Amino acid sequence: MDKLKFIAKRLLLAVITMFLISFVVFFVIQLPPGDFVDTLVTNMIAEGEKVSQAEIAALRELYGVDRPFLEQYFDWLGGILTGDWGTSFNFNENVLSIILEYLGPTMMLSIVTLIVQYVVSIPIGIYAAKHQYSVGDYALTLVGFIGMAIPHFLFAILLMYISYQLTGTAVMGLFPEGGIVDFASFLDFLKRLIIPIIVIGLGGTCSSIRSTRALMLDEQTRPYVLCTRAKGVKESTLTWKYELRAILNPTVSGLGGIIAGIFNGSTITAIVLLLPTLGPILLQALKTQDVYLSGGILLISATLVVIGTLISDLLLAVLDPRIQYIEETK
Amino acid sequence: MKQSADPKAKASASSLTEKEERAAEKQRRKEEKARIKQEKYYTASQWQLMGRKLVKHKLAMGSAVLLIILYLFAAFANFIAPQGLEDYSSSASNMPPTPLHFVHEGEFIGPFIYRFEVERDEMRNKIFVEDTSTPYRLQFFVHGTSYKLFGLFETDLHLYGVDNSQLPPGQEPLQYMPFGADQLGRDLFSRILIGSQVSLTVPLLGTIISFVLALVIGGISGYYGGWIDTVIQRIVEVLSSFPTLPLWMALSAAIPAGIPVVQVYIWITLIMSLMGWTGLARTVRSRFLSLKKEDYVMAARLSGVSDMKIVAKHLVPGFMSYLIVNLTLGIPNMILGETSMSFLGLGMRAPATSWGVLLQECQNVSNIANCPWKLIPLVFVAVSILAFNFLGDGLRDAADPYK
Repeated sequence: MDKLKFIAKRLLLAVITMFLISFVVFFVIQLPPGDFVDTLVTNMIAEGEKVSQAEIAALRELYGVDRPFLEQYFDWLGGILTGDWGTSFNFNENVLSIILEYLGPTMMLSIVTLIVQYVVSIPIGIYAAKHQYSVGDYALTLVGFIGMAIPHFLFAILLMYISYQLTGTAVMGLFPEGGIVDFASFLDFLKRLIIPIIVIGLGGTCSSIRSTRALMLDEQTRPYVLCTRAKGVKESTLTWKYELRAILNPTVSGLGGIIAGIFNGSTITAIVLLLPTLGPILLQALKTQDVYLSGGILLISATLVVIGTLISDLLLAVLDPRIQYIEETK
Repeated sequence: MKQSADPKAKASASSLTEKEERAAEKQRRKEEKARIKQEKYYTASQWQLMGRKLVKHKLAMGSAVLLIILYLFAAFANFIAPQGLEDYSSSASNMPPTPLHFVHEGEFIGPFIYRFEVERDEMRNKIFVEDTSTPYRLQFFVHGTSYKLFGLFETDLHLYGVDNSQLPPGQEPLQYMPFGADQLGRDLFSRILIGSQVSLTVPLLGTIISFVLALVIGGISGYYGGWIDTVIQRIVEVLSSFPTLPLWMALSAAIPAGIPVVQVYIWITLIMSLMGWTGLARTVRSRFLSLKKEDYVMAARLSGVSDMKIVAKHLVPGFMSYLIVNLTLGIPNMILGETSMSFLGLGMRAPATSWGVLLQECQNVSNIANCPWKLIPLVFVAVSILAFNFLGDGLRDAADPYK
């Protein structure tokens, strides 16, 4: 019963957060001077059409941009909830279908990066903690610092330049021409995946190594570790069976932040490396004032972060029942 | 009289005791010094202790020196840079870094450069070949483009420049370009310096604004608690569940086109700080929550000290050092933010420049492959980010006196 109550509370909080987020998103996309109709009219004039004042007024009426802010907001929110996310005039298509088209590669890239990040950082962090102040530990610390300091897009440019120098061609895009049809094209796809994953994952991996190392070092001083060692349990058993479990909770609780980090990284990396994800679409939408499209993308990325945080909260409650009680006593 | 009978002996004896006395005096002084030092250590404020510990942190001190140099370069950018913001030369388009020579025809004549001859290779690509017939010497304190130092003093003096008096007529004046030139033939070194005036000051100003926001909002949240706390925490949570970069992009895109450079600058600073305060506000709040339960705060309240005074005198100094550490560690994010926005074309706009604007030319692989020196601004971004990180790390170590 307690567990159900906890989950319900978390879900409710997530819904409230989502509601507030949608408000902020709508506010932000309304910020640029001029409105949707202005942009539309400018485009129509650019295409050589003649637009009369009466037609503009009719357009304003049609899109309802003259109404008060809150009314427009609830209209937009209602549309979001019923699947009508507005029309993008860049693509002349429903915003939702555009987002769904690009969401696949975005999610794929994010999830692969997330997995790589955990798989790489946890063993390295544990190694660094077990060999504190060794040459390897110092080297990893240095690499970690530099990795956290290098901005994504700079790293993307550098790797692009290096790969261009090494191979003579610039690997751009994510999918090979003609799509993944056979084993060779799949290999090509994997090759194209390497640079984006390194670039997007580097910062997160480095900070994750640092935090795993710190957690593991804390764990080394615990009495149970001493006791286990005294009983003659093998060091590897101790590490992987007992200590790893203890440090897993804080690692899982950072999931929301890590997902946000991956989204930050992938947005700008995708723009530099021309990946078919939501990042370049967002930039284009923002530059051309395609408000419904940019709003939709902002909303979906914030939603994914909220869902990530929710999942990590729930996962934590399953992994560690103490969390619920801590929550309740707060 | 015995004493006057042997004045010599007395003199030597007194000189001996004098010597001893002097030695004793020296010893006393030494002890006194040690005692004062000890006392100073006991009575030192937290700031003095922090400063002492920071000085011992070599990496942090090195970073601090480096940052001071970078900021001095930014302050005197127009003086050090031979070119102004609007100078360009069509013949120097995409010119590689100018090699600096010292020896001309076997004779040492001080630093000088040769003129670049533009030729075409078999692929019709532009190549630059040095014309080694005439050396053009570098000079200090030359007159060039006029500018206003600190926006106050009108002058045209520059730190260095090329002596162009021997130039054949009809030639564009030469420029020593240690980092090469960009597409429009502008000296990259000058542009990096002038760009640093934006790239290095936006993060500082943004940090100060977000610091004030965090202190006020986090303070209110933590000190009063209750429904105010709940509302503020909700807002913080909403803002921090946005991936910052897309939101930054959206806000930057909202900067109206065609407004003056100064206004763009203010807008960008505000956007950076708007996103930066949330994490800090959380820290302030949790510190307030833990400190307000302390006995001395209760004592102050019982003595009738006003809320404002309790906050300003008793609470904030208690975690100021902690805040400053967090602030320093927050600056790299802002450097990154401004650079990214400008790189994407959503931040600073021509005619103004910043490191991100300079890197825009690197979006194209073939451009980097042909002109790899255009990556140099990248070094400046990475170095300043690293330096702030190391400095923040040193501050963090120093802020904890019990370690």
